[in-house]
Amino acid sequence: MTMKLSARQYKQRLGFSLLTLMTFLTVIPIIGVIIYIIYLGLPAINLEFLTGFPREGMREGGILPAIIGTFYLTLGTATFAVPLGIGSAIYLSEYAPDNKATQLIRIAIINLAGIPSVVYGLFGLGLFVLFLGFGTSILAGSLTLSIMTLPVIISTTEEALRAVPQSFRTVSMSLGATKLQTIKKIVLPQALPGILTGVILGLERAAGETAPILFTVAAFFLPRLPNSPLDATMALPYHLYVISTQVPGMPIKIQYGTALVLLVFVLGMNLVATAIRSRARARRQW
Amino acid sequence: MNKISIHNLSLTYSDGAQPLRDISFDIPANQISVIFGPAGGGKSSLLRTLNRLNDLTDIQDQEGSVLLDGRDLLDPSLDVIQLRRQVGMVFARPVVLPLSIKKNVTYGLEVAGETNKDLLSETVESSLKKAAIWDEVKARLDDPAIALSGGQQQRLCLARVLALEPEVILLDEPTSGLDPISTGKVEESLQDLKREYTIVLVPHSVQQAARTADQAIFLLQGELIEVNSGELMFTNPQDPRTQDYIQGRFG
Repeated sequence: MTMKLSARQYKQRLGFSLLTLMTFLTVIPIIGVIIYIIYLGLPAINLEFLTGFPREGMREGGILPAIIGTFYLTLGTATFAVPLGIGSAIYLSEYAPDNKATQLIRIAIINLAGIPSVVYGLFGLGLFVLFLGFGTSILAGSLTLSIMTLPVIISTTEEALRAVPQSFRTVSMSLGATKLQTIKKIVLPQALPGILTGVILGLERAAGETAPILFTVAAFFLPRLPNSPLDATMALPYHLYVISTQVPGMPIKIQYGTALVLLVFVLGMNLVATAIRSRARARRQW
Repeated sequence: MNKISIHNLSLTYSDGAQPLRDISFDIPANQISVIFGPAGGGKSSLLRTLNRLNDLTDIQDQEGSVLLDGRDLLDPSLDVIQLRRQVGMVFARPVVLPLSIKKNVTYGLEVAGETNKDLLSETVESSLKKAAIWDEVKARLDDPAIALSGGQQQRLCLARVLALEPEVILLDEPTSGLDPISTGKVEESLQDLKREYTIVLVPHSVQQAARTADQAIFLLQGELIEVNSGELMFTNPQDPRTQDYIQGRFG
């Protein structure tokens, strides 16, 4: 007996194959980029590269100041954006009345996420560097990155809070808990993995951005470690831009080595987020 | 003696829906009052008025009065937190909090500020015993409550309410997700509990209403049709609509 596919079945197979192909096409470039950067960057990685200061017009030596700078910037961004973002999300999800003003706030947050990062950079230059007089500093850079990161943290946190079943809140309050106790004892612990994931994804973006730090903190060449929040610093993404375009005769392996370090930094955070999420899913009690 | 007196209670939600219209009846102490009727009749809304859980929904207007020991529950200045300790509630679906079995029982006391460890663990034991689940869980009090079966979870929910030593217990179709054996256990414990508590039950079937009611209240589309003793309601109802519903002609 010969199997004859009907037109419908045939279309179904074709559709399925096309969708599979599309998925592969998206994955290939990602893997390609990673392999390419590892291949070209790995030869540059050694102890001196990771723990030394740049020498010979950055053509030799290490990138420690840029690594430390990016670390401080991420930390600074977390300091401002995490409490503010989580606080706003709790307000929006648990307290805000459903009215025009709340809708307006939500629309504003969504739109904040769509603003090009270079605009944040200019805004940070105007407000933090010049008007508030922080100068080009880790403080100004962190604040600028915070504003850019806030929408991500707020919307993922809000989503995580909303995913906690309403019935938990009702039950908690029926047992005489106040709203605040309910949030603290039931809602937040349940939403925490989702919130952490959002926070890490937001910070990861902050760590990898160049434009917002361009005018607010990043130094072209500053071969020492920052010793106060009001210091400028080198940072990985900007350093990568500088050595890729601004310095003639730059050894290619230094460029790709720097890219690799940045990639590991960012992907490492991503990995942590994924681990938190999957662990929480396995332990979820509803 | 009446524990609760409801006078001309009407409830309007902000979308215009009016789940309760001009309801008046009394709930006697230490009896099982059963509120029954077809879906959408206002049973849950009525129940949730008694512990002000309706506050969490979008109420536009509440009229009339609901007196608990002579004090009006609808008074905006009433301490609802205190009220909810006094009037406990068991829900249709057993919703255990994402905590251990023990913590589920002590939750209400702990949010009320109780820190005495001895008192808390005594309460755990006595409440779980009253809810007839102690023997099944005593060896694993620190396990997550979600690991229990549906029937066990519902009895845990009851224990959680009993831990607060309420005066009134509201049960909103507490056995709707349970098998007949677990249902029997819950109904049995209600008979014990009414000696100490006033019980208001929304049953999940007319049969359950008939089995459990000391007093029965028939609600139809937000209106109170008939209040009667359980015995009379299910053998000799006065209103033809009650009769039709009990005999299964609609609903």
